[in-house]
Amino acid sequence: MPTPKENLIRTLKVVAFLLCLGPASVLTWKFFHDLLGANPIDVITRSTGRWTLTFLLITLGITPLRRLSGMPWLIRFRRMVGLFAFFYGCLHLTTYVWLDKFFDVHDMLHDILKRRFITAGLTAWLLMLPLALTSTTGWIRRLGGKRWQKLHRLIYFSAASGVIHFIWLVKADLKKPLTYGAIWAVLIAYRMILWFTARLKSNKKELAVS
Amino acid sequence: MLIKKPSDISSSEITSKSMYMDRRKFIAGAAATGAAMAAGFYLGNGGFTLETVEAGDKLAGIAKSQFSTSEKPNSLKDITNYNNYYEFSTDKYEPNGLSKSFRTRPWTVSIEGLVAKPRKMDIDDIMKLAPLEERIYRFRCVEGWSMVIPWAGFPLSALMKQAEPLGKAKFVAFESVFAPSQMPGQKRDVLAWPYVEGLRMDEAMHPLSILAVGIYDEVLPNVDGAPLRLVVPWKYGFKGIKAIVKIKFVENMPPTSWSRMAPNEYGFYSNVNPKVDHPRWSQAKERRIGEFFKRETLMFNGYQDQVASLYSGMDLRKNY
Repeated sequence: MPTPKENLIRTLKVVAFLLCLGPASVLTWKFFHDLLGANPIDVITRSTGRWTLTFLLITLGITPLRRLSGMPWLIRFRRMVGLFAFFYGCLHLTTYVWLDKFFDVHDMLHDILKRRFITAGLTAWLLMLPLALTSTTGWIRRLGGKRWQKLHRLIYFSAASGVIHFIWLVKADLKKPLTYGAIWAVLIAYRMILWFTARLKSNKKELAVS
Repeated sequence: MLIKKPSDISSSEITSKSMYMDRRKFIAGAAATGAAMAAGFYLGNGGFTLETVEAGDKLAGIAKSQFSTSEKPNSLKDITNYNNYYEFSTDKYEPNGLSKSFRTRPWTVSIEGLVAKPRKMDIDDIMKLAPLEERIYRFRCVEGWSMVIPWAGFPLSALMKQAEPLGKAKFVAFESVFAPSQMPGQKRDVLAWPYVEGLRMDEAMHPLSILAVGIYDEVLPNVDGAPLRLVVPWKYGFKGIKAIVKIKFVENMPPTSWSRMAPNEYGFYSNVNPKVDHPRWSQAKERRIGEFFKRETLMFNGYQDQVASLYSGMDLRKNY
């Protein structure tokens, strides 16, 4: 597929931006129209958490998708989607700090040290933080492409922590967290296969040269 | 404090005899005229069953109880739409819709084990076993949320006494219905089905322990465990087994569903205790449905004065 014209990409970016805002808008609208059921705070907490993980996995999916579909220009959307993962992660963290703990620092520290699902969740957010901060073109230049790319592999671990956070918090039904876990595993496996085949090729080349 | 004065009021003091008789008269009258109100009452010698009792049908002659809290009950909408009922779904919002067509008639409860008079009882006879009382209780879920629910039911002890438990009986084991064709959640092994629960004999005989058949003067909605469920207000909600088909008196502590699934997280007793955390989350506070700020969770869910003596000398950290 040929690369779309610049104007089209810009329009698509606006559309994608609005789509990414969708879940937050729907939640807000439902909240003010009393449509979030008996326990709105619980719905907000769960929903923002699920969307954080979803956006992390979409971000991870862009590289395989642009390769497999022959649409390399999809890379132009990756930063935005990744930043939306961080946006929903911040909303999720805010519901915890504000609506669950009401800014009780002592209680939160106790939670972070004692409750492993909180530890995993906070780890996932902390791993996203440097990625969000260095997402600008300026930072890519400052760090250099290779180093920037290495740093941004932290997203694999952030998403993994998110999945573990989800697994550790459910009471009995692991279906949903394991679904996220399976998608994560597929996306990581794709990268590992690429990495191995690339190594094999370079080994062969070396053999051929010698 | 919202806790009522501890007492051992007998049910006859709570419900006046005339009121009780009125209720019987009402049922008899309604059945005789075949009125819609009598729908579902099995007419013994006639050998036919009228239309089934449905959630929403009014229950008559419900007496007030000393054991009710004066706190404001949650709405029926909240009570029926936010609820754990894994037999239907592990999602709290889904069981209401999924349980709508669940059949609660005919329904038999088997009372067996170490009793002088084992029996199989029809649910409509069970509903007439003792005068119905309104019990407005706090309800605390192990997940950290709570409600206030106006149950309609009768003391579990009333049913137990009918069966005449033997001296050897030390525990009561309860079993839920197994009906995977009607309960989609039972097609997945999230928990081992059927759901089972248990109480120690003295817990079961405690006047606060009830069998509920209604909420808000109406027949128990399917989603809340129709036609018969257990309510033990000082314990976490999951002890309140729903859709009961078997009550068995036993000598040894019976297995219970959640402690069988994760024994380090859920114990047999499962008394509400703000000082003993769930291994993965705190139990110190709770969010009352409908409220923004969290409340402090009360020892024994606020029923300390009435039930603490059941556990004197016990290490509640070990016996969680």
